[in-house]
Amino acid sequence: MQKATIYVTLKPQVLDPQGKVIMNALHTLGYKNVTEVRASKMFEVTLDAKDDADIKQEIEEICDKVLANPNIETYYYKIHDE
Amino acid sequence: MKYNIIIFPGSNCDYDAYFVTKNLMGAEVEYVWHKDTSLKYPDCVIIPGGFSYGDYLRAGAIAKFSPIMKEVIAFANKGGLVLGICNGFQVLTETKLLPGTLLQNKSLLFICKHQYVKVVNNKTPYTHIIEKNQVLDIPIAHNEGNFFIDEDGLKSLQDDQQIVFQYCDKEGHIDDITNPNGSMLNIAGIVNKQGNVLGMMPHPERSSDPICGSKDGQNIFLSIMEFIEK
Repeated sequence: MQKATIYVTLKPQVLDPQGKVIMNALHTLGYKNVTEVRASKMFEVTLDAKDDADIKQEIEEICDKVLANPNIETYYYKIHDE
Repeated sequence: MKYNIIIFPGSNCDYDAYFVTKNLMGAEVEYVWHKDTSLKYPDCVIIPGGFSYGDYLRAGAIAKFSPIMKEVIAFANKGGLVLGICNGFQVLTETKLLPGTLLQNKSLLFICKHQYVKVVNNKTPYTHIIEKNQVLDIPIAHNEGNFFIDEDGLKSLQDDQQIVFQYCDKEGHIDDITNPNGSMLNIAGIVNKQGNVLGMMPHPERSSDPICGSKDGQNIFLSIMEFIEK
């Protein structure tokens, strides 16, 4: 079994109001060093496959088709052994 | 004329659309369950508002894989009329029948209120009986209505006159103050390049029966009917 940790993040040019609200809250709490917060999604996907190249191809297909919306999001991932 | 209304788990404006098209407009209407694999000979397909699949992942993201969507895409590609309202608009962008994406509202709040929209393109099957720049009172009710598209996409929407509705005030002013959700250019509704697929965030089916406080939404259904029957 292998586990993929997939991060789906908003493209830089896409406004992230949620991140902005979190940043404002952090400022209110006194964390003045914080200059930007971007919220993103993280998925843990477990795969029953052995070949690394196959897994990569499958994950990228899953991201392109389902997990990320290419209009607004990009993704990256890490694969670990279970 | 005949409508098909698609029902997903979580659709909640399906009956409103049914009531208006059948009882007020006198059209023939059939529901189509999302697991069905064929449409029921429609002239126009409506993808109604709601929260298909609980808006999981992204609004409309899971609905695009429902079996019936293959048929809806094929119907649209043959020039059939497809109207996506609210969540239906989100489904249409996820299926790529329409460009762009509906992001979360800039305010992060769910907005439910009466809204004025300007008809900036009256050369579509959905708006041809309406005067250009006429202002309609059609309510909105959404959490993800903030229309986003990249620069090239926006230019292409403008060049091809694909923007149909823009948020405005009663006098028709289009600016940041009259923009309820942060949409680029106050966009409330667009058509595809061919003009047969319309996505709109405002709910014409909630403003057709005068008891709802506005009957401006009727204009959309009357346009469709006249387009089909002529």
